[in-house]
Amino acid sequence: MKPISALFAALPGSVAQGLIWGILAIGVYITYKILDFADLTVDGSVGTGGAVAVVLILHGCPVPLALVAAFFAGCIAGLITGTLHTMLGIPGILAGILTQLALYSLNLDIMGQANTSINVDKYPLIVSLRFIPSSIIKGALFVAAITAILYWFFGTEQGFTIRATGCNSNMARAQGISTDKATVIALILSNGLVGLAGGLLAQYQGNADVNMGRGAIVIGLAAVIIGEVIGDLILGKHLNFSGKLLFTAVGAIIYFVVIQIVLWLGLSTQNTKLFSAIVVSVFLAIPYLRGKSKNSFKRAAKRGEIKDA
Amino acid sequence: MLELNDIRKTFNLGTINEKRALNGVSIKLEDGDFVTIIGGNGAGKSTMLNAIAGVWPVDSGSITINGVNVTGLPEYKRARYLGRVFQDPMTGTAATMEIQENLALAKRRGNKRMLSWGITKKEKEEYHELLKSLDLGLEDRMTSKVGLLSGGQRQALTLLMATLKKPEVLLLDEHTAALDPKTAAKVLELSDKIISEEKLTAMMVTHNMNDAIIHGNRLIMMNDGKIIYDVRGEEKKKLTVPDLLNKFEEVSGGKLDNDRMLLS
Repeated sequence: MKPISALFAALPGSVAQGLIWGILAIGVYITYKILDFADLTVDGSVGTGGAVAVVLILHGCPVPLALVAAFFAGCIAGLITGTLHTMLGIPGILAGILTQLALYSLNLDIMGQANTSINVDKYPLIVSLRFIPSSIIKGALFVAAITAILYWFFGTEQGFTIRATGCNSNMARAQGISTDKATVIALILSNGLVGLAGGLLAQYQGNADVNMGRGAIVIGLAAVIIGEVIGDLILGKHLNFSGKLLFTAVGAIIYFVVIQIVLWLGLSTQNTKLFSAIVVSVFLAIPYLRGKSKNSFKRAAKRGEIKDA
Repeated sequence: MLELNDIRKTFNLGTINEKRALNGVSIKLEDGDFVTIIGGNGAGKSTMLNAIAGVWPVDSGSITINGVNVTGLPEYKRARYLGRVFQDPMTGTAATMEIQENLALAKRRGNKRMLSWGITKKEKEEYHELLKSLDLGLEDRMTSKVGLLSGGQRQALTLLMATLKKPEVLLLDEHTAALDPKTAAKVLELSDKIISEEKLTAMMVTHNMNDAIIHGNRLIMMNDGKIIYDVRGEEKKKLTVPDLLNKFEEVSGGKLDNDRMLLS
């Protein structure tokens, strides 16, 4: 086993990475928790954000503007999934998979190759794994700003329509809400954030890669679920909406810290995705199993055993 | 004013499950009409309300509300004219949203929803007073999630939401059927109160013949996707349950097959 100092040296990097993925996870939170829609577009739109940002920066575009473009590229991906689902009647999960697959080709087209690197010494990148402390600060600022904006947005009439649609679409329509429109808006917003996260992630790791989004939805879900559990443990009923978003980012940080720890314990890098899938499965299963243990036939049988005389 | 003109709707056309649900329904409601609707299972009572609400497009016929032909409008666009309460208390409210947020959603029925606040401070005070009038103690739980309420409380809230912005027509689809008798009576009393105070035009599907006779100024009976009996005013007031049963057998040539209706 490597010395523990190696682990501590690696942890700040995990925090920076967690904050960037936290932005993606907040995007996932919008679809998965608020809209109740498992959106697999994410695996494609994170790569699109990365590809757009890197290619634009390499062509001399100012970095902040490139990030705005990454955001809008993600928005378009969300719009496509939303259109496939609401206007063409394709089931949500399948609509996301179709967009994701199409984006794989488009991401290659945007970059012209599978991997495009960008050097922080030549371009004024916002975040980079070469400058971890400043990346952590900037990542935290992004998370805080996004949380503030979303807190405002979901308090508006438009935000209410998305929440109502995700909770009870029959009720929403009876109250005059176009549930199709609300679904599309939520998907656009969510994938916009994912695209932005992709743009930052590509800068952080110094390249945009056509495979950078593989499994992104699982990491996003892991962050959402870990954040939910931790938030509930710490704040319980006092957890408000902005708190939930912040804890989603905290969940992403915890996820990367845990990955760092298991890597340090000797897990090989190629098995991290296997590990992620297992972690998410376990966390998704816990609420179900908990409910079942309170309400199981086995226990009923035990309680109802007829004692022999 | 609501007018249905020869509405027809067949479900699962051309399959073994083909069902002619509405078979030429025509009715005209005057302003302030409170119509109770009875009929056997599958008579088309709820289907007629769903046709009015625009849950799906009708096959033929026209629906006019206050002179506006709404036949081609989807459900969410028709909502501006309609208040609705459903049989299932879960259907009418958003469980994960606060009581006051649900009211705020209803307050904006038919409005364009943009980026102004989803609920304002002034509204909260207004809702507080309104909930007080319900006398269910909900005014002290305005920030509670609706999912924590009982079925009766949720139906009362849905009723309030349906009438918060005065609807041209209030559609009540067996809205007390899922409640225990005591709660059902309370919700029905509240419905009566709101309808008479606000002078609403309303349609209420019920399986309880007594309720159908006591409430409203007009009663219609449906069978096989058609209105087979339409009575109003003094004549309606004098009706008895045996009268209705006789009427049904006379018009339809069969016994009423709705057990719930016979038992209650």
